[in-house]
Amino acid sequence: MTAMATPARPARDVRLRPVPWRGMAWVSWRQHRATLAGLVAVLGVTGLYLYVTGLHLRHDVAAYGEMFTANGSGKMEMTPTAALLQVLPALIGAFVGAPVLARELETGTFRYTWTQGFGRERWAAAKLAQIAVAVTVVAGAFGFLFSWCYEPIIGVRQGLSPLMAITFDLRGVAFAGWALVAFAIGVLAGVLIRRVVPAMFTTLAAWSGLAVVTGAYLRPHYETPLVTSGFRPLSAAWVIGQRWTLHGKPVSLSTVDQVLHKLGAIEVAPGVFGAAPGGSGQTGGGFGQTASQASPASRNVNPVPYLIHHGFAQLTTYQPASRFWPFQWIEAGWLLALSLLLIAATIWLVRRHAA
Amino acid sequence: MNVIETSGLGKRYHQTWALRECSLAIPAGHVAALVGPNGAGKTTLLNLTVGLATPSAGAVTVLGGIPAGSPGALDGIAFVAQDTPVYKNLSVTDMLHLTRNLNRHFDQGYARARLDELGIPLKRKAGKLSGGQQAQLALTLALARRPRLLVLDEPLANLDPLARHDFMATVMAAVAGKGEGEVGAGMSVVLSSHVLAELERVADYLILVSGGRVQVAGEVDDLLARHRVLTGPATDVHTPEELAVVHERRGEAQAHLLVRTGGPADAVPPGWEAHPVSLEELVLAYLRQPGAGALPGPARTRNAESTEVTR
Repeated sequence: MTAMATPARPARDVRLRPVPWRGMAWVSWRQHRATLAGLVAVLGVTGLYLYVTGLHLRHDVAAYGEMFTANGSGKMEMTPTAALLQVLPALIGAFVGAPVLARELETGTFRYTWTQGFGRERWAAAKLAQIAVAVTVVAGAFGFLFSWCYEPIIGVRQGLSPLMAITFDLRGVAFAGWALVAFAIGVLAGVLIRRVVPAMFTTLAAWSGLAVVTGAYLRPHYETPLVTSGFRPLSAAWVIGQRWTLHGKPVSLSTVDQVLHKLGAIEVAPGVFGAAPGGSGQTGGGFGQTASQASPASRNVNPVPYLIHHGFAQLTTYQPASRFWPFQWIEAGWLLALSLLLIAATIWLVRRHAA
Repeated sequence: MNVIETSGLGKRYHQTWALRECSLAIPAGHVAALVGPNGAGKTTLLNLTVGLATPSAGAVTVLGGIPAGSPGALDGIAFVAQDTPVYKNLSVTDMLHLTRNLNRHFDQGYARARLDELGIPLKRKAGKLSGGQQAQLALTLALARRPRLLVLDEPLANLDPLARHDFMATVMAAVAGKGEGEVGAGMSVVLSSHVLAELERVADYLILVSGGRVQVAGEVDDLLARHRVLTGPATDVHTPEELAVVHERRGEAQAHLLVRTGGPADAVPPGWEAHPVSLEELVLAYLRQPGAGALPGPARTRNAESTEVTR
């Protein structure tokens, strides 16, 4: 029995060295390697699809050139794919972020972990930092793969704005930012809610809210938008809004509508005017395109030059395609700052959590 | 040295005080039992001691004056929580590695030998172990840290009688080996439990908490020597005035009084018989009389007002 007894330690250690950080590397790896493998698997399979798609796009562009990009078949493929991939950061937040602390608190294992010599704040800091870095690296690689994949059909020559909402946050460094902030939201929700499943749903909701608000209200204003009254197509610009003015004062569309009505032109779509049907049967195209073949009543009147001649002007607010990278860094930058803030708040909550 | 010392310690959760004005000192070198009814604040007191909770009022220090929850305190105290939480998806070996990586000291040899002796397979997932084995695993991990203070919160609650016995045997073996070949303090133990019979065999220090306050604290031998049971005729309705009665139980024929004595020489009233008291009887008597107090504990508690025994 005595052989099995615990050897006593010398009464008091003169100076306490903290438990080395490297111990946590093994701990984090052992406890989260399955999650990390799942993350790599999901992003890997998606990445493989993007890689194959990217090769096909390059092949088609090489074979058909301008014709291919103009007919937009690549865009038709890209839109649903990008829409689907929008959920990836939210899933990372829910499945990687939320359980990290919520599971400890839900199952009671924090009573074991937080009473070890390592110390709970250091434990939380080390663990969150390691997973956050892993998530950022994997997501960053994915973001650049997505950028590469659709590069042939996004850009100035192709007329698709690189800033458009559906792909901007999947490309470049922004995707890593969104994945990181989702993770940070997840861990914070976990320590606040203390239950895995509710924390996961909260993460999904909170991240989606942030993404919607950012796309609708923040991103258009990272830099002051440019305004033009020109009618030529803005090559690959991200159009934020259009409005009409009369002698420098804003006018409503109905005013413009009334003026054009006298000419026999009607609004075929919000803000888009064409000749009234019944003549040649051709209604004018979209923005910037004039109905060259107007209805009989307005045969000799081209609506847009007519409006301009009468003091009207159409102002288009837009962000030029050249601002893609500044916008990427701005978005990634504030997302990184927000993530660090949320993770710091999480560690603070772990510190003051009362069992 | 006191392994735990509290002064005016209180913990409030929202509007409810789980522990109030708790002042006590537990000297080193004991197996101290913390007993009390459900909701008495035992778990709260232990959580404050191991740093899982922070006080709402007062202060708690451990291992001779270190603030609870500080790095030094975490290093010197091993805690096995209620329901002995372990990571259910990790193997026993992984739990050993985990604990080793999270502590400055970990006696891998002791842990492996102990688990081997208990017949706990190292490759099995912790979640697949029986309740008794999980408790033994948690205890072994705690002991392998070579703590100066081992804190156990209701370790026996979910165990069958055999597992209880084995669990306490592991604790006592570790305690018995303290100081072997070493000069200096060995391991002290503080455990909370409802299982009074089990405590009687192992505990040599008792703290009775009731209603968030310390009711009794002291060495078991001392407490037992200062109390005895008087048995007399139930018809004798007048309890002798000079007796400090903790608890009174009247049957049809006989009355049993648990009384506090000034010493062994106390006179027994005519017609009454005196018997020594068991720890279980003592604890039950005080639990039934939450107003009664006996605080012969050392250090901090000595200056406290010696609480009058009430009826």
